[in-house]
This record gives sequence, structure tokens and C-alpha cells, in this order.
Amino acid sequence: MNSRETLLCPRPAGLYCAVGDFYIDPVRPVDRAVITHGHADHARAGHGAVLATPETLAIMAVRYGAQFAQTTETAAYGVATSRNGVEITLVPAGHVLGSAQVVVRHKGVTFVVSGDYKRRSDPTCAPFEPVPCDVFITEATFGLPVFRHPPARDEIGKLLDSVAQFSARSHVVGAYALGKAQRVISLLREAGWDRPIAVHGALERLNEVYGAFGVELGALRPATIAGKGDFAGDIIVAPPSALTTAWARRFADPVDAFASGWMRIRARSRQRGVELPLIISDHADWDELTATITELNPGEVWITHGREEALARWCGLQGIRARALALVGYEDEED
Amino acid sequence: MRAFARLLDRLSLTASRNAKLTLVRDYLTQTGDPDRGWALAALTGALSFSAAKPAGLRKAVEARMDPVLFAWSHDYVGDLAETIALVWPSRPGANYEPDLSTVVDALAVASRAEAQVLVEGWLDALDADGRWAMLKLVTGGLRVGVSARLAKQAVADFGDVAVAELEEIWHALTPPYLNLFAWLEGSAPRPDAAAAARFRPVMLAQAINDAVDFVKLDPADYAAEWKWDGIRVQAAHEAGVRRLYTRTGDDISHAFPDVVEALRFEGVIDGELMVMRGGQAAPFGELQQRLNRKTADAKLLAAFPAGIRAYDILADGENDLRALPFRQRRARLEAVLTRYGSERLDLSPLEPFETWAALAARRAAPPPGDPARAEGLMLKRWDSAYLAGRPKGPWFKWKRDPRLVDTVLMYAQRGHGKRSGLYSDYTFGVWRDEPDGRRALTPVGKAYFGFTDEELKRLDAFVRENTVERFGPVRSVRADADFGLVLEIAFEGLQRSTRHKSGLAMRFPRIHRIRWDKPSRDADHLANLEAMLEIMGS
Ligand SMILES: [Zn+2]
Ligand SMILES: [Zn+2]
Repeated sequence: MNSRETLLCPRPAGLYCAVGDFYIDPVRPVDRAVITHGHADHARAGHGAVLATPETLAIMAVRYGAQFAQTTETAAYGVATSRNGVEITLVPAGHVLGSAQVVVRHKGVTFVVSGDYKRRSDPTCAPFEPVPCDVFITEATFGLPVFRHPPARDEIGKLLDSVAQFSARSHVVGAYALGKAQRVISLLREAGWDRPIAVHGALERLNEVYGAFGVELGALRPATIAGKGDFAGDIIVAPPSALTTAWARRFADPVDAFASGWMRIRARSRQRGVELPLIISDHADWDELTATITELNPGEVWITHGREEALARWCGLQGIRARALALVGYEDEED
Repeated sequence: MRAFARLLDRLSLTASRNAKLTLVRDYLTQTGDPDRGWALAALTGALSFSAAKPAGLRKAVEARMDPVLFAWSHDYVGDLAETIALVWPSRPGANYEPDLSTVVDALAVASRAEAQVLVEGWLDALDADGRWAMLKLVTGGLRVGVSARLAKQAVADFGDVAVAELEEIWHALTPPYLNLFAWLEGSAPRPDAAAAARFRPVMLAQAINDAVDFVKLDPADYAAEWKWDGIRVQAAHEAGVRRLYTRTGDDISHAFPDVVEALRFEGVIDGELMVMRGGQAAPFGELQQRLNRKTADAKLLAAFPAGIRAYDILADGENDLRALPFRQRRARLEAVLTRYGSERLDLSPLEPFETWAALAARRAAPPPGDPARAEGLMLKRWDSAYLAGRPKGPWFKWKRDPRLVDTVLMYAQRGHGKRSGLYSDYTFGVWRDEPDGRRALTPVGKAYFGFTDEELKRLDAFVRENTVERFGPVRSVRADADFGLVLEIAFEGLQRSTRHKSGLAMRFPRIHRIRWDKPSRDADHLANLEAMLEIMGS
């Protein structure tokens, strides 16, 4: 177990590999970082050297400016690089464009850090790839049995039904700017919605990154108001924070929708004043978390963030060694 | 069940009345018989079960999953039915998915034990939303913010008829309302409404706006009477049939045999149902002993004798009086009650007045006796016909200003539903002198509304920061002479209670103001409340 402890261990700044001298998704500036994906709580600016997928590096450049780190190194999916004899491979996590699990190998021991992940199909990113390992370090954002996301297609169906039923109203869909927004747009396209989709200005540059990496989003137009009654019968996609601002109230009698795994809990929808909750998540739900652990059957499970205690208990009941790391600095609300 | 579940789901999150009407109307259009009728019954409160008990459901779910994980889940979600709906391990194909009428029909004939088995089978077959809707239905917890009146309006919209026309026949309809939908869709005649002792849609009053309305109103045009603190009822006696209805047309005759018995005249009377003894009205709390009961036994009747204080007459014998002006109806009512009035049926007296100012003074300082406990005054135009609904102008209610008292926050409990996770139910107390001479706080009531979301956040933070002890979902909060949060509580009435240590119970308490500035030692003393109780005459 000692080699395990030294290969990766939790430190205040994040998961640290002493032999290779690098952090994974550090929450404060460090010399060397491996970044799983572009969400702000995982990818922060100000590190010395950053290793990530080309998509994640592009996303970080859009968010923080080109100088977000002193040096960057690109790691394509499945191509191993080495740090002091420690082998690092990024493999798809299925979370958002460019999201990766970090596979760390040293002296025959394999750790997999899932980052954020999901197992559902997503037209905007490569699907999760299971990698056998000794220690699986998993997220647990939705690590409670109440979180079982329905099929995303059904949720998009709910949205389209509502648009048909309330055709004189506009539908403003709150969706996180990175990943969720593009996934919602892609799912709408898959469902046959071919009218232009209006998007909030905060999404434009990330949409462009998605486009540059070959994700087709169809006709988009800026959600800027020209006159009264604009956007009646339309779908507008915006970051969740915009829903509660004056911006959203300019539309025609808007139906507030919100695409998030948190919408599974009715009190959450009510607290946010959401009229049409869409349970669409980029994180693994309870069934995906437990099925993934069952499938990988690792020697040990470490749980980084989310509802660690429940998933740890489940592992215990299955006879799987588990440890809740309770790393701080990762947001609960992202999704 | 899927369509019904989706309807409930959307209704529960929709605030706009128009959007709710659209949702219900479209559901009725898209759903066939008899499901839509059962759904309508569920929404209007005409269909309720208590077939499944929370304890049984909890046991069933704990047999299927780790009880600790279930407990954590319940703690996180707050609502038991919702938690079970979410965590229940579905077995698609295990059973066929029930529709609403399957559930209703099966539960109608099932024993308690059979019901439990049925419910478990349906939980297996349904998805999470279906499970939630079904559990809300069978546990009697269906509250989705739809009033019976709104549901009826949606039915009227669906059939393109006036809601008053619908209310007039509503009493004659029973779920699943096949004849109603047949009529509204044009395939059958209108259901017969001319049944004896049928319900007539009631006339409601608008709240007066003291600042603007009085300037425009001539006191000579209006009659004033006290607004009694009971429930509005309609008593009908025609062709040997006697009925007592609530203002929404629910038949409550079975629960008030003493009142029904006292209907010796033929006709229809509008009045206030209260517990009455020797011509004196008892506090509302006593009437509550009689409400929400299916029947009443002799003991209950003797302990809480009910009666009607009449203020209008809609029919006298076979004559429909609703088109007559109030002045003439009032004369007819007085004549009828002179002959048929009794301990169980008396007249609501008019309160003569010359000017609005004089009436305002009356309202502020009502005479002792029943008026002292009234909710305020009613103003009715002398020339007003009896119209269904809430017409603008003819009738006004002029509620009395609430009573206020400064209390200290003592305990807080986590809320459910919308406020799950927040400490939103507050127990507050006032000072009283202990036998040893010390002053101590004694709880006098509980309030869980009257504050904004912003204030709720601050209250929640205050509770968390000043917790002294925790007992399950309840926390005690620091409250002593040197430190404590003063809550100014508004309430409508006060009555004696043996259930509270203070010996008092408040009616309709809510937080009026949060006095972050006021020292806790300056909160009110129990003696002040006792004095109010004296004035209110209970
Ligand atoms: Zn993420
Ligand atoms: Zn995360």
C-alpha cells in the first residue's frame, strides 16, 4: 500500500504525484499541473506547466487568455507521456469536449483519476473509456441514490412539448456555458429542431471552440432584443446566472427552463424559480457511478468530491475498499 | 399515469394562473375518459386516498435498499414520497404501467394489506415521475397549487362555457364526470342541475382598499355587518332534501346533522357556520373540532354545537331571490328568521352607520361579545343582486388590522418541499414570570411564513450561527434576556389551549416584521396576551 500512497496523495492544492512531481486539477497555482477538463474549478489559471488535451487547452485559452500558464503541453487521447519515469495517459471521460481521465502508471501500479465523467452518450464529446486499474479515483457529484438521471432525449422532448404548448412564450434554457449548453443545442438538433437557436453572448466563444473541433451546432443567432414580442416560440440558451437577471425578462413571457442534474430534486427547482426543469447532466448519476466501479473492479476506490460518504458506504457494502478524500475547492453546483 | 404525472409536475412549478389553465385545459383535451375525470377529481380534492401509509412505504423501500443510504437520501430530499419515488429500484417490465383509473379502481376495493401490495407493484412499473404522482395521490398529499376554482375554470375553458354555469351543476356531478365531458364535447345534453337543494354558486366580496375606495363610495349606498369568524356555508332545503355546502359547493351535511336538522324553512340561506351556544359564537378553534370529519357523534355534537348566522337568502320556497336587490333579500331573510330562527340559526345583525369615519371607529373598537371576535366588517350595496363570483363593487370585506406582539425566536425546524434544507419553521415565545420570580420565555406559537426569500436566508443563517442544541430536524436557538432575535408576530385571534404550556393558541400567526434591532428583553410579556384574550372574550 505504500507505493500507492506515494504515487498519488491528496494535498491541500489537490492530488499530487510525488515521484512525477505534478498535481492533477490543482485548486491553487503550482509548478506542474495535469488538467482533466476546462470547467473553472478543475482548470485554473496561473500554473507553471500545464499538460492537457488540445481541446482543454483551447478552452482554457478562451477563458483565461493565451497566457494562462507559462508553458503548455498537448496530450492527445491515448498517447502516453512520461514525468520522472511516471507514465501519464489521458483517456476520454465523456464529460465535456476534451475531458479526460488521467491514467498514472508507475512500477506496475495503475491509478485512474476520473475527473468529472459520465457514461451516457453525448454528441459533443468522446465517450468514457474504462481503464482497468488498482486505484480508481472517482468524482461523486451525484453520489446519492436519489440521483438517477432520466434519458436526456426525454427531457429534450419535454422542452419541445412545452414550446409547442406555449407557442406565444419564449423558452429560456439555463445551461452551463461549457459543455451543457452545446450538448443541449446538439440534442435539440438530434430531436429535429432546425430553427435558429438564440444564444447568450457569454456562450459565443465556447460555441466557436466546439465548432473548431468539429461539433456541429447548426444555425445560432445572438439573443439580442430588437422589439417587443421577439423570440416568442423560440428557444434561447443562456448561462444559468443570466436567468435571474433583467436580461431574461426582456423576452416574451419567458418560460424559465434549467438543464441540470440538480433539477431531479423538486425543492431545487422551486428554490431557483425554475418553471421547466430539464434533468440533463454531464456527471455520472448514482447508477453510472456504481456500475462503473463494478465494471472496473479496482483494488481500491478513492472519492474526490461530491457526496463522498454515500458512495463510500456503498463500496463498503460491496466489500470494495474505499476512501473519501473530501478534496476542497471543487464546486458542488457545477452541472 | 405518465400524462397525469407530467401535469402535476408542471403545475407544481408553474406560478402563472393562465399557464396553469392552459396546462389543465390541454390535459383534458388530450386525455380520454375516465382518466381525465379522475385527474380532475384529484385536482379539485374530490378524490383522496389514504390507502398507503408512510410507515408501510418506508418499510417496503428499506427491504429493497440499504436503510442508511435511504435515510441519507430522505434527509437530503426532505419529502418522503419524493425520496421513495427517486430511490425506488424500478423493474421495467415487471408489471404493466398503471393508468390513473387502474389505480383508482383497484384501491376502491382493496383492503389495507392489499393496497400495500398494489402500490409496491405500481412502484416497480412506473418511472420516477410516475412514482411521485402515484404516491402523492395514494397518500393523500396531492398539493400542486391548483385551487378547485381554478380547475373548474379550466374545465369551463375546455368546454367554452361560463364557470358559473359549471358551478351550478357541479354538485350533481360525480367523478369521473363522464356526463360532464360528454356535455362539454357536445355529445350529450347538459347534466340536470335542477335537483332539489342544489348548490348555487356563491357571491364573494373584494377586499376594500381603504386609501382609494372610500372616497368614491357613498355610505348611504351600503349596509354594514360583522364579518364572522367561521366558515361560509350555504344551507338548502327543498322538496324534503336538506343540504349544507361550503362556499365551493362541497357537501358537508353529514358532518353537521345538528345544523341540517335546524333547517325548518324551505329555501336557500347564505351564512356563517360557527359553534354557537345560547346565541353566542365560540372561537374558530372550536369549529375546527367539527371540520374535516366525515361524521359527528353525539358527544361531539354536545360538546361543540354548531349553527348558522344567516346574512342572505337566495331562495324562499320555490322563489329564486338572487335577482332582487340586497335590501329586499334582507327583508325576506328577516321575515323568514322571525318565524324559523332558533339557537342553531340566527340573524347576522346590521351595523348602522352614518359616515365611513364612524364605521372605521366601530371596526377599530367593536362592541363586546361576538363582534369583538369578528374578522372585520362586510359592506354590501343595498341595491346589489346576488351574483356568482367576485364582481367588482357591490360587496367589500374590510378586515380588521391584525394584532401584533413582539416575541423571541426559540426553536427553528427545517422546512420541507420548497424550503427543504432551510430552517423555515419558527417557534417563538414571550416572557413570563416563573414561580421563583425569574423571567423565562414560554413558547406561544409557530410561524412559517410572512417573510421574503431574502429574509429566510438571513433567518436560516441566524439559526445556524446561534444554535444551542439540536434534536433531529429542530434546533434550539440562543434566547435569553441578553441575546435573542425579536420577531413581531401578526395574528388574527387568540384562544385558550391546553396543548400549549402558555395556555394560549394563536390563530393564523405569521411574521410581520423581523426586529433585528430590538433587544430580546423588551419582547412582550404573557400578561399582555392574557389581556388581549380578555378583550376578545373567549
Ligand atoms: Zn466538470
Ligand atoms: Zn467536478
